[in-house]
Amino acid sequence: MNQKIKDASIPTIPLNARFSRWFGRNLLRIYMVIGFTYLFIPVAYTFAFSFNDSGKSNLIWKGFTLSNWQNPCGAPEVCNALGNSIKIGLLATIFSTILGTMIAFAIGRYKFKGRSSSNLLIFLPMATPEIVLGASLLSLFLVFSINPGFWPTVIAHVVFCISFVVVTVKARIASLDPRLEQAAMDLYANELETFRRVTLPLVAPGIAGAALLAFSLSFDDFIITNFNSGTLITFPKFVYVSAARGIPAQANVIASAMFFLALAIVIAAQLVKRKKTR
Amino acid sequence: MTNESISARGDLRLTRITKSYGDFTAVDDLTLTIPKGSFFALLGPSGCGKTTTLRMVAGLEEPTVGSIHLGDTDITTTRPYQRPINTVFQNYALFPHLTIFENIAFGLRRRGIKDVKEQVDKVLSLVELPHLAERKPTQLSGGQQQRIALARAIVNRPALLLLDEPLGALDLKLRRQMQIELKWIQREVGLTFVHVTHDQEEAMTMADTIAVMNEGKIEQMGSPADLYDNPETAFVANFLGQSNLIKGKIDGNDGDNLVVDLYGQKISMPKKRSHAIDNSLYAGIRPEKFRISRLATPVKGNVLTGGRIEDVSYIGVSTQYVVAMPWGQELMVFEQNDDGVAPFDKGDEVNISWEPTFTFGLRGDEDIEAGTEVNPEEIEAE
Repeated sequence: MNQKIKDASIPTIPLNARFSRWFGRNLLRIYMVIGFTYLFIPVAYTFAFSFNDSGKSNLIWKGFTLSNWQNPCGAPEVCNALGNSIKIGLLATIFSTILGTMIAFAIGRYKFKGRSSSNLLIFLPMATPEIVLGASLLSLFLVFSINPGFWPTVIAHVVFCISFVVVTVKARIASLDPRLEQAAMDLYANELETFRRVTLPLVAPGIAGAALLAFSLSFDDFIITNFNSGTLITFPKFVYVSAARGIPAQANVIASAMFFLALAIVIAAQLVKRKKTR
Repeated sequence: MTNESISARGDLRLTRITKSYGDFTAVDDLTLTIPKGSFFALLGPSGCGKTTTLRMVAGLEEPTVGSIHLGDTDITTTRPYQRPINTVFQNYALFPHLTIFENIAFGLRRRGIKDVKEQVDKVLSLVELPHLAERKPTQLSGGQQQRIALARAIVNRPALLLLDEPLGALDLKLRRQMQIELKWIQREVGLTFVHVTHDQEEAMTMADTIAVMNEGKIEQMGSPADLYDNPETAFVANFLGQSNLIKGKIDGNDGDNLVVDLYGQKISMPKKRSHAIDNSLYAGIRPEKFRISRLATPVKGNVLTGGRIEDVSYIGVSTQYVVAMPWGQELMVFEQNDDGVAPFDKGDEVNISWEPTFTFGLRGDEDIEAGTEVNPEEIEAE
């Protein structure tokens, strides 16, 4: 079937025309490959250098080793910093998700005085330069004689995470058909049951997305954290500080692990979603 | 209070209900009784207040003024979940995150009913979809979703079932089929159905009683035949089917009949079919009640002479004629195609005749265009 019969009477398409056709058809694909290469080279670099038998400075490739992965806490302070970042991230995520979801419901569902201005104000922390937000928060804490440290950092993170949670959850609420809640009430569910059985399950994917976003924002925040954490070392601060004398390969291990964890979560979410719609 | 209202049964009575949104009055001093066990239709164009009325009965809106009673129980301000009333929503509003089984079981579970499985299975077989119990709503066709929405409501055996344009999203063929099925299910379960629609044919096919609504008020209420044969207002005459409305003057009495002068030609009509308040009146005749005849042919009943065929449309079961009358009005005439071919041609001089008892009389100050400008396509698009 693949054998082509050569027939001189069929005019052949010139080579350059065929190439430009092929190029036209695959332009988008070529563009995509270039785009993703650009995006993933740094990730690939980080991952590759997590296997570097680096010694002190992880700038030059010195040979392959698994010891960094076998002993991720090998470098001094790295796991302590990671632990702090995870703790702050989880707390900031919990508080900002709860508060942000409540704000999103208030703005998305109810008409009250000052609704449109709160809708606008909620964008302010997103629009404010982090350096300004961090510095102002620090001076605010100092005015109230609160020393920088763990809790001020959590509070600072909640401040900037809330906006993102509100925006994400609000979008989900806006797409929710109010008639579904009316149908629930019509079917003998009171306000609380309607919220628990219909509203919340339908908005849940938005809330989950918002929580993931809040965690990742909190986890890699450096600027605001640097102002408000005092002597507390978080993972981004650790990397920044050690950059001066050479970042240990363990930092690459943790970064790569985080990347693959995030990737796994995204893939799992997609699989669950696909299973649900099927 | 809750227990009392949730177990209320009996006729639904709306007493002097008004619903305003700012300056706009959606429902205007409406009084209405819907008898227990009936299939009742609220018919009207979009924005006539019929959906607002339904939502007030469901408890999703509260009337500005007036009261709603179910039997002897005042339910005006009770919450939706405290009323023994269920709704089939226009877009079905099935819960997308629950299976069909759980959708139907929703109301039963909230009320703490024990034999959920048995009841859900029973209602699923009533709507002939038992095999879909474990599916999700998005996996169903429009017609199937419609039936599940109905099943989800009737499984609760409400005192009142509200249907908000339930067939609006279905195609014509499926709609016809569902009309018959809904009527059958209503008889089978013996519940009171209140059906809101803008589709006059749908209302006439299904309902025992129709209330025609316009601008927040009820124009006329009665059986489909009453409304069609003896409309009281121009709006009803035009909204339900088509009507020829000819301006005239009451010229005297003849026993039980009125003598009416239509542009110099005398006709007669039963007194009791006239809704005129003074001696000016519109004589109304449905297009299919007219007969066309050649000038030489003798005819019985009322006759209008001097007509000329303006247009002929052959549409299979009938032929539709437009007949121009000497006073400049064009009348619609539908003739059954009993003899096979259209016997009149464009330009023929003809007389128009009809049985006097088919005439209805409207007030002379009516707007005869009322109810005609309503474009069904426009309503569908909403």
